[in-house]
Amino acid sequence: MSVHTHDLEEASEGYVTVVTGGQLFGLRLDRVRDVFVPRGLSQVPLAPPEIAGLLNLRGRIVTAIDLRTRLGLAPRADGGAPVAVGIEERGELYGLIVDRVGDVLRLKPSSYEANPVNLDQRWMKVCAGVHRLDHGLLIVLDVDKVLDLSQFGAAA
Amino acid sequence: MDELLAEFLSETGEGLDQIDVELVRFEQDPNNAEMLNTIFRLVHTVKGTCGFLGLNRLAKLAHAAETLMGQYRDGAPVTVEGVSVILASIDRIKEILAGLDRDGAEPPGSDTDLIGRLQMLALGEDISAGAMPGAQTAPNQLPPVQAALDELERAWRGAPGPDFGAGEAVSAAEANARETQARVQTVRVSVETLEHLMTTVSELVLTRNQLLDLMRRTGESEFKSPLQRLSTVTAELQEGIMKARMQPIANAWQKLPRLVRELSLELGKKIELDMTGGETELDRQVLEMIKDPLTHMIRNSADHGLEPPAERMSKGKPETGRIKLGAFQQGGYIVIEMADDGRGLDVQKIRAKAIENGLATPAELDRLSDNDICKFIFKAGFSTAQAVSGVSGRGVGMDVVRTNIELIGGTVDLKSTSPAGTVFTIKIPLTLAIMAALIVEAAGHRFAIPQYSVVELVRTGKANGHQVELINETAVLRLRDKLLPLLDLAQLLGLEGGQAMFERLANGVLTVVVIQVGARLFGVLVDSVFRTEEIVVKPMSSLLRDIAIFSGNTILGDGSVIMIIDPNALGAVAGSVDGQEEAAHAVAAGPTQVEEDKTALLLFRAGSNTMKAVPLSLITRLEEIETGAIEHCNGEDVVQYRGVLMPIVYMQTDRGACGDGVQPVLVFTEGGRPLGLAIDEIVDIVEEHLDIELNTETPGVIGAAIVNGKAAEIVDVSHYLGQGFGARVGGTASAGADRAIRILFVDDSQFFRNMLAPLLKAGGYDVTLAASGAEALALKDGGADFDLIISDLDMPGMDGIALAEHIKADPKWRGIPLIALSSHTSPVLIDKSRAAGFVSYVGKFDRQGLMSTLQDCCRHWGVAA
Repeated sequence: MSVHTHDLEEASEGYVTVVTGGQLFGLRLDRVRDVFVPRGLSQVPLAPPEIAGLLNLRGRIVTAIDLRTRLGLAPRADGGAPVAVGIEERGELYGLIVDRVGDVLRLKPSSYEANPVNLDQRWMKVCAGVHRLDHGLLIVLDVDKVLDLSQFGAAA
Repeated sequence: MDELLAEFLSETGEGLDQIDVELVRFEQDPNNAEMLNTIFRLVHTVKGTCGFLGLNRLAKLAHAAETLMGQYRDGAPVTVEGVSVILASIDRIKEILAGLDRDGAEPPGSDTDLIGRLQMLALGEDISAGAMPGAQTAPNQLPPVQAALDELERAWRGAPGPDFGAGEAVSAAEANARETQARVQTVRVSVETLEHLMTTVSELVLTRNQLLDLMRRTGESEFKSPLQRLSTVTAELQEGIMKARMQPIANAWQKLPRLVRELSLELGKKIELDMTGGETELDRQVLEMIKDPLTHMIRNSADHGLEPPAERMSKGKPETGRIKLGAFQQGGYIVIEMADDGRGLDVQKIRAKAIENGLATPAELDRLSDNDICKFIFKAGFSTAQAVSGVSGRGVGMDVVRTNIELIGGTVDLKSTSPAGTVFTIKIPLTLAIMAALIVEAAGHRFAIPQYSVVELVRTGKANGHQVELINETAVLRLRDKLLPLLDLAQLLGLEGGQAMFERLANGVLTVVVIQVGARLFGVLVDSVFRTEEIVVKPMSSLLRDIAIFSGNTILGDGSVIMIIDPNALGAVAGSVDGQEEAAHAVAAGPTQVEEDKTALLLFRAGSNTMKAVPLSLITRLEEIETGAIEHCNGEDVVQYRGVLMPIVYMQTDRGACGDGVQPVLVFTEGGRPLGLAIDEIVDIVEEHLDIELNTETPGVIGAAIVNGKAAEIVDVSHYLGQGFGARVGGTASAGADRAIRILFVDDSQFFRNMLAPLLKAGGYDVTLAASGAEALALKDGGADFDLIISDLDMPGMDGIALAEHIKADPKWRGIPLIALSSHTSPVLIDKSRAAGFVSYVGKFDRQGLMSTLQDCCRHWGVAA
C-alpha cells in the first residue's frame, strides 16, 4: 500500500498556473517555455479573432493568442498589463496572453477529475480536466488544443 | 559510415546524373568521340572505385556496361537498345547506391539479367530478336566476353586518361579537361552548413537594420562610421553566402534529357530537347522548387504539344519535334523559357472547357484574345486531355504548376500559336530568403511590398494632377492616358479606424503603389510610403497561413513585426479572371499604337536653365537622396544604395548647388550596378515624337529636340555612365578574345544609332552602323564580315524582316546570328521575326536586355573572335 502511495507522489505533475477572467488555469510545466510581457504587438489583418497579433521576442516572431477571446470571455477591461506564456510547438513560438501568471504547483493525480459534463462546449474542447484544490478549482488547459484554432471553427 | 564510402557515394551520384544526360546526347550524336570519352571515363571511375572498396555487385555491373561502351568507343554502331540497357544498368547502379547509403552495404540481389543483356549486345547480338537475356547467356558466354574485355582493357590502358597520370600522347580535349579541373578549386560543403550560414546572415542583416534604424533616429554619433563599415561588410557577406547557395539551373535539368528520351519511346514520337543557358545560377531552395513544375511541363509538351511524326510530316514540319528550354537572368529574376514546335493549344477546346467548368461565360470569353483564353489552362480544375494518358494525365494540371511557381514568388505565362507551337515563360526570383521591400502604411499599420513587383509610385491629390476617379465606387487612376484599376489596401485588409477611401482621398495626399504581376498592372492605394528596406523573409505562423494575401512576415529595423504582402494575391483580387485585365490592356493599347513613334521622356533641369531630357526607359529609378548621405570616397561621391555603393555623377558643374536637403537623383543601372546622376529638379514626364537635331560637339549631349513646345537637350546617358564607372565599364564582351566582336547595327533612326552605338562600344564591341537595309546589303556585297547583326524591324523601304530574308538567302552572311530590335513588342511581330531568322528579339529601350542578349549570343553561337 505504501508503495502505491509512493508511486502517486512520484507521478505528481507540475503546472504553471495562470489566471484569466478570474478563473485559475494550469498549463503543464513541460510545455511552458517562458513567461514574458507582450510588447509591440502587431495586429494581423484578416486573422482569426483569437490571434492578438505578432511580436518580436529576441529576434523570433511570436504568434500571440488571447486566452480570453479563445475562451469566449469578455475582452480585458483595462486592468493591469497582460502577461504571455511562451509555448514552442513544432518550431514555432506562441504566446498565450493571460491576465496574470501565478505559482508553479505540483499536483497529484488523486485530485484530478475529468471535465464536468455541464462545462461550456467551448471550454470543453480546450480543457483537459479539473484539479480540486483546497481553495478552488484549477482547470487544466490542453495546450495543443488551445493552439489548434480549427477546434471550433475559429474563423466563424 | 565510412568516410571513404560517403565520399564515393556523393561523387558517384553526381557522376551518374551526368551520365544520364551525356548518354542521351550521345545517342543522338554517336560520332562525338569526346562525349563518349566522358561517359566511358565516368563509368570506368565508378568501376575502379567499386573494386577498390570491395563493392562486387556494383563493380561487375559497371564493368559490363563499360564493355559495351568500349565497343561504341571503338566504332560499333550505337543502338537504341544498347543505350536503353545501359540506362537501365545505371538505374540499377543507383538502386544499389541507395541501398549502400541506407545500410552501408550492398543490398543483396543479382544483376545477371542486365549483365547478360549487356554482354549479348557487346557480342553484337540483337536482344530484341527474341533471345531472352539472363539465365542462358550469363554463365556460358562469359569467357569470350572476358577475352574481349581484356583486349578492351588493354586498349583502354594504352589510351591515356586522367586516371593513369600523365600519358605521353594526351589528346587536346583531355588536356583541356584536366586543366579546367586543376583551375577550379572547390570544397564540398554540406547543405546544412550553408543553410545555417544563411540563417545566421539573415539575423545579422536584421541586427544591422536595427542599428541603422537607431542611427537614423538618434542622428550624428561616433558610431556612425563603424556602423557604415559594418553595414557594407554585412552586405558583402550576405552576397557571398547567397552566391555560395547558387547552383546552375542545369542541376534541375539533368534528368530532363533522359525523361524526354523515355517519353519519346513511350509516345512513339521523335523528340529533341535543346537546352541553353544551363549555367544560369539560382538559389538552391528555388532550384528544388522548380524541378517538379519543369518536369511536368516537359511531359505536357511532349504528350499534348508535339504531334505524332505522321501528323507532323503531313503539316510540313520536320518529323522530329523540338522542345527548347532556355534560361537567362533578368534583373533579380531568372527567366525560363520552354518552347515546343508542336500544334499549339486548342483554343476552341479550352474555350468549351472553360464554359463547361463554369470558369467563364461565353460573353466574357468573347472579349478575350485567343492567347488569354489559353491561359485558362492555369486555372484550378482544368485539364484538356480527353484521354488520360500515362504520361501527363495524372490528375495534375497546369494549375498545380502555376501554384508551385507562384509559391516562390514567380509567375508563369504562355503564348500559343497554332500551328507553330507553344512557349511557356517562367519568371522566378533569384532567392527567397532576403529581398528588397517597400515599407508602406495603411490605416496605421505598416506592410512590406516586395520591391520586384513595384513599378512606380504615384502621389495623388489635386496638386499633382493624378486624380483618383470613381466608376460606380470602383477607384481608378488616370496615369499617362491610361486607366489603372486601384485597390485600397486598408479596405482590402478590413482595417478598422481608417476612414473610407473617398474621405481619405479628399482629405490629403495618398500614394498609389503601381504593381505589376505578370502582364497585369494595377495600383494599390496606401496612406504613405516609408522607404525600401532589405528584409529577411520569415514564414508565416501556421495559424495564419490561410491568409492568402500575406506571403510571410519580417522584423523591421525598429524591432516591430510586419506582414509581407503577396503581390500575386493582390493581382488575383485585382482581376477575378486571369487575362481579363490583360485584355483590357490590349484594348487600351490598340489606339495608342498609332502613336508608337512617341518616346516617353523625362524632363529635368540641371545646371543651366536649358531643359534637359532623357528617355524614361533608360532610367531605372528616380530617387531623392539626402545630401548628408552622400559621402566622398576615393575621389568620387558615393551614396549607400540598397546595400551597395552607388557613385553619384553631377550634371551641373557646381555640386553644392542645391545646398542642404534632398538631392534628386536619376538612377541608371549598368551591368547590375547602379549609378546616380544628380540633377537640380525633375520637371515632367512627356511623350513626344522625337526629332533630334544632332550636335556631337558637346560631350554628354546627343542633340536638341523640341519637347513640349520648347527646346530641350537630349542627354547622352552613356557619357555619364562612363564617367561614373570609369574604366570599370566595358571590356566585358571582348574579355579573353583576341579582337572585339564585330557588330553591324542597322537602324533608320539617327537617334537610336547615336544612343546605342556608344553603349555597344563601351561594352567592348566593334560597331559598324548602317542607316537602312540597303546600306547593310551594300556592306555585304562589299565583302564586309560581321560576327553579329542587330537590326531594327520597322524601317522605311526594306524593313528588318526583308533584310533578314536577304541575309539568310546569301551563303556568305547566312551564318551570322541576327538580333531584332523594335520599339514595340507585339507577339505577332516577335513570331514574324523568329520566322525570318532572327535568333532574339529585344525592345529598343531595353538597354540591359540588349547587352545580355549580346552576351548570350556570343556564348551560344560561338561568336568569339
